[in-house]
Amino acid sequence: MNRGMKYIDEFRDPATAKVLVERIRRDAGDAPVRLMEVCGTHTVAIARGGIRPLLAGAVTMLSGPGCPVCVTPDGYIDAAIALGTERGALLASFGDMLRVPGRTSSLEKEKGAGLEVRVVYSPLDAVTLAAATPDREVVFLGVGFETTAPAIGGAIKTASVRGVENFTVLPSLRTIPEAMGVLASDPDVRIEGFLCPAHVSAVIGTDAYRAVAETRGIPCVVAGFEPLDILMGISMLLRQKKEGIARVENEYSRVATTTGNRKAQALMRDVFVPCDAGWRGIGVIPGSGLGISDAYAAFDAEKKFGIPVVFAREKTACRCGDVLKGKILPADCPLFGNACVPEEPYGPCMVSSEGSCAAYYKYGAI
Amino acid sequence: MHDRILLSHGEGGKRTRDLIEKVIARYFDNPVLSPFLDAGLLGRIDGEIAFTTDGYVVTPPFFPGGDIGRLAVCGTVNDLAVCGAKTLAISCGLILEEGLPLDTLERALSGMRDAAKETGITIACGDTKVVERGKGDGIFITTAGVGVSVDGWRPAPSEIRPGDRILLTGTMGDHQVAVLVARQNLSIDAPVLSDVAPLSGLLLPLLTRFAGKVRFMRDPTRGGVGVTLNEMAAAANARFVLDEARLPVRDSVRGVCEILGFDPLYLANEGKAVLIVAGDAADAIVAVLRGHPYGREAAIVGEVREGGSGVRMRTIAGGVRAVDYPVGDQLPRIC
Repeated sequence: MNRGMKYIDEFRDPATAKVLVERIRRDAGDAPVRLMEVCGTHTVAIARGGIRPLLAGAVTMLSGPGCPVCVTPDGYIDAAIALGTERGALLASFGDMLRVPGRTSSLEKEKGAGLEVRVVYSPLDAVTLAAATPDREVVFLGVGFETTAPAIGGAIKTASVRGVENFTVLPSLRTIPEAMGVLASDPDVRIEGFLCPAHVSAVIGTDAYRAVAETRGIPCVVAGFEPLDILMGISMLLRQKKEGIARVENEYSRVATTTGNRKAQALMRDVFVPCDAGWRGIGVIPGSGLGISDAYAAFDAEKKFGIPVVFAREKTACRCGDVLKGKILPADCPLFGNACVPEEPYGPCMVSSEGSCAAYYKYGAI
Repeated sequence: MHDRILLSHGEGGKRTRDLIEKVIARYFDNPVLSPFLDAGLLGRIDGEIAFTTDGYVVTPPFFPGGDIGRLAVCGTVNDLAVCGAKTLAISCGLILEEGLPLDTLERALSGMRDAAKETGITIACGDTKVVERGKGDGIFITTAGVGVSVDGWRPAPSEIRPGDRILLTGTMGDHQVAVLVARQNLSIDAPVLSDVAPLSGLLLPLLTRFAGKVRFMRDPTRGGVGVTLNEMAAAANARFVLDEARLPVRDSVRGVCEILGFDPLYLANEGKAVLIVAGDAADAIVAVLRGHPYGREAAIVGEVREGGSGVRMRTIAGGVRAVDYPVGDQLPRIC
């Protein structure tokens, strides 16, 4: 790790950043170019880097649906709470999920009232927890994209091999390219280029975006998360637009390849099967989810406990859905900063550390 | 002695006496404490007195670079030091859980003893309570400290003005990452050591040597440099602008932060201080700080500017963004 991190310093040089910003401004046209960063980590890095105001007038960065917590529907939270309160399960979760609102409550509120929720850093921790508490049913809240899916799949396989029968996963896994396809064809969003995720691409490979680039005619650039990665990625998108081409380019070639991590892909194919998935604020996107395959059905909390995740469209003033689709910027939501703040979030985009609204709120006020 | 703490060790009878005389007295042997009266008699103290208290509940109690005992002394010494006071004496309140291995207590006591010796302070009084199994988490320590201000120096946030510089005495986040790694058994190549250290020897000489130049000092523990600077900016009603490229962070700490999604700016430190100093003295103060073992990586990390209040950061990308308070992170107990 040490050597790797020194390497990253090369992507944090202020002088190079200045050159890239000048190039982006030169390449931009009269009207701001509408680009979308798909991934929540990019959203945070852009906000933390103060990049949005830096490019104002030249580029409008729209924030996409790539925050796993944000797109998790409230029915999922309701099902998780029910597993704890009605089935007596011990819940294990990434910390981000605790404050996400369900229909009537959140895991954090229920935890205060006695629900047992353990925060873990890895799905394997939940398997270890289950092995250590054989008299309890441990349910891991398996939320994420292609980045966490292999780790969750690995945890399921580990539990299977070790015979940890009191371990299950409540899956809420989604795949990015399908969501990009939906957004690319939405006339209200008008995306002129996608800044594609770094880590997701390392797993699925950059070829996964070819359909979006080639059939929808939208330039795609895979970029890393450091400030210079992002500026370089944006610059590459503008060059494609200027030259009138739309293809997949890879700024993050130090990690991501065209074909991705085949081992992780094989693991995902083994444990999961594609399914339709409901995205909070967006709706059901066919084939955009990963369900647990029949071979591992014993580790599927929905099946084992008969508590299904119900997807229903929200009926609130919250405009997280439009934020997640890039139709509006967070500040355009009437609740933003008023009824909805990180301390008292109304919608999921304000909850997650990777949420667009939280990032705008936290880093935005200049 | 038993090899574990029993409830009877806290009941005030013979076992309590044994614990004090046969264990605690072996580590804390000094003329103020040794009579084991109901209070430590400190005698006459000249100068302006500063007084503070803190509780320590870190888990695990032992982590790379330190332990709960060293933390309990350094935390209180540092609270006094950033208020310009040299610690004279501290108290030691122990809350032990039934069943605690005696060895764990002794390791914590030796950590306290060594840190007290390093800073030349007296552990002047103490108290021991034992709670039932399951009602505590091994060992909790509280310390209160009495100190005397150096040359009558007081924090003066109202004296902060545009052109003043913001100094940090070293790298950010080492303590919290060290505890986190120990707690989670994360396997990383480069070990991260907690920075837990007493800062009196680093900071107090500055107040005499650079009289009138040091405006305000804080130790950025819980909430890290980000929260501390927000509190300082609010107290001073001033606008602080940080320079991201100058903020010192160890590669190993940055690595863990990348993986776990933490911002080093908000991670706790236990051996660092933030100073606001006059612009014309900043370079000289940094040079002095760097000459001390606990200040080798000291740096000017920002400045005080005209207009408004709050904390901003000039980023590596060349943008400017707000540095706000964090909200509700799910983080383990770290101090």
